[in-house]
Amino acid sequence: MRPCGVFDKSYALDIAIIRTWQHWAVLISALVFLYLFPLFGSYYLISFINLLCISIIVVLGLQIVSGFCGQISFGQAAFMAVGAYTSSILTIRYGISFWLALPLSGIMAGAVGIIGGAPSLRIKGMYLAMATIAIHFVVIWVILHMEITGSFKGLYPMPPSIGGFEFDTDERMFYIIVSVVIIMTYAARNLMRSKVGRAFVAIRDNDLAGEVMGVNLYYYKLLAFFISCFYAGVAGSLWAHLITVVNAEQFTLLHALEYVGMLIIGGMGSIPGVFFGVLFIRILNELVMFTSPALAKALPWMGSSPAASLGLIAFGLAMAVFLIFEPRGLAHRWEIFKSSYRLYPFAH
Amino acid sequence: MSHRQHENRPVIRVRRLSLRFGGLEALSNVSVDVQEGEILAIIGPNGAGKTCFLNCINGFYHPYEGEILYRDKDLTRLKPHKIAALGLARTFQNIELFSGLTALDNLMSARHIHMRHGALLGCLFFGPTRKEEIAHRERVEEVIDLLEMESIRKKTVGSLPYGQRKKVDLARALCMDPALLLLDEPMAGMNVEEKEDMARFILDVYELKKIPIVLIEHDMDVVMDICHRIVVLDFGRKLAEGRAQDIKDDERVIRAYLGEA
Ligand SMILES: Nc1ncnc2c1ncn2[C@@H]1O[C@H](COP(=O)(O)OP(=O)(O)O)[C@@H](O)[C@H]1O
Ligand SMILES: [Mg+2]
Repeated sequence: MRPCGVFDKSYALDIAIIRTWQHWAVLISALVFLYLFPLFGSYYLISFINLLCISIIVVLGLQIVSGFCGQISFGQAAFMAVGAYTSSILTIRYGISFWLALPLSGIMAGAVGIIGGAPSLRIKGMYLAMATIAIHFVVIWVILHMEITGSFKGLYPMPPSIGGFEFDTDERMFYIIVSVVIIMTYAARNLMRSKVGRAFVAIRDNDLAGEVMGVNLYYYKLLAFFISCFYAGVAGSLWAHLITVVNAEQFTLLHALEYVGMLIIGGMGSIPGVFFGVLFIRILNELVMFTSPALAKALPWMGSSPAASLGLIAFGLAMAVFLIFEPRGLAHRWEIFKSSYRLYPFAH
Repeated sequence: MSHRQHENRPVIRVRRLSLRFGGLEALSNVSVDVQEGEILAIIGPNGAGKTCFLNCINGFYHPYEGEILYRDKDLTRLKPHKIAALGLARTFQNIELFSGLTALDNLMSARHIHMRHGALLGCLFFGPTRKEEIAHRERVEEVIDLLEMESIRKKTVGSLPYGQRKKVDLARALCMDPALLLLDEPMAGMNVEEKEDMARFILDVYELKKIPIVLIEHDMDVVMDICHRIVVLDFGRKLAEGRAQDIKDDERVIRAYLGEA
């Protein structure tokens, strides 16, 4: 965002994201605030942000494959599971440190993602969406039927540690999770404005023309799936070592659906949109949690714990409202706001 | 005309090309050479197979018979992205742009085959990646300059008027730094003024790069003005081939094509 009157004097400046010293000031203060947050923030808020950040990583990945590359995927929860289980197995069984298991989980999920993304080479749109749903069930089935994954009992990974210091509380995990989110947002934002990002968008907007520009469709579609699932895998690893319990019930198709919902509400093809979408759905969930006891009293016919069904109804309603009234998501609103600020005080 | 000096060394050699869709013979036994440094027009009524001919050259369609050689390299079974990497660029009759991107990003995407950085370096937007982006941006800006597109640089192409989108389509092909340019009706649907502009741009490009250009066009005045040679297609067959003036006077061509116009 920049005020009226800031013009670009070189191509280097034109392609920079952060252009004025005000940008730097805002960015640095935000980072300082964030890293100091555990010192004064409430436990509730800190655990809320932890879960928020993990979802952000998953949806960043989804944004890359679906929002930028145009390949709809309902497999994100399953790929997150692959990451969570890989990390747990590597640390519990093979004694590998969390710091190595974290990227390895991403790579493992990415590798499975390449197999899962293979149908995209032949089919598009609705059919691909169905294929990824099938992949979700296959992955979960395999996890439940392997011994190494603890089958239905699941696994109990340990919190990360470094030199005897245990990241065994939400406040301590906060630093790891927030750092990973910052790095992965930075990487995604850059990647999407580089050669690879333009190739993805070319495939999304017009795959024939993309080929004529020299884009190898097979390679770049599978690359999009790999990167997307890498993100899910890293998020899964963080989740595993934050919650320290991993089982298949944490990764249902409903979760995958929720990630797609976050993407749509936030806005397809926008990195800031990921933050908006995740925040919106997570806050909505919290509101439902807070109000459901009162609602249970007021509407006894809904049963004793209406939170689950209420949550789904609220999610469905929000999706419907956005698809009808703002299909380009919150990111689009943000763009409108930004450009009005940019032109202020002259609306030329 | 300088192109005649090289007439014995065709850039593209299409030999006995035949293409079928079910029972329909879209191209039958078409042989065409594209010479070094010439502007070759392909004319013919609607449905004659002109677009199919380009689609075969750039790998969208694979003929069931015949071969296509580009400087002795066989293109007949290659995929479009491989052919693009050889330096064959094209535009589309029905404008096929990346509609969600700005004009600038559409053009930057055409630098794909020349850019080196992959996914890992792309994540870190400084050092070599940034330098490369800027270098390619400079090349793109040259094309923007040439085609007078400064004012639409940052506009999303989906929102541009038809004539401007045609121009972005041409500019995008140019940004590939092509060795051969295939233009499918670049002036179709334009008004007289836009047509004149487009013809001027094509000639500017030709003067600047001296690359062979294959141009599909209906407007005979334009074809006569800017093309060196003409190939006439009709019902998938090559009806005639020759210098612009000779074609204009050819009896069969007049009957099949010019007569009805
Ligand atoms: N993908 C396709 N499937 C079936 N028929 C096609 C296809 N593409 C072109 N054709 C047919 O081939 C013939 C030549 O088409 P085309 O090359 O587009 O003509 P034009 O000379 O007008 O560019 C037409 O009869 C058209 O209907
Ligand atoms: Mg045509």
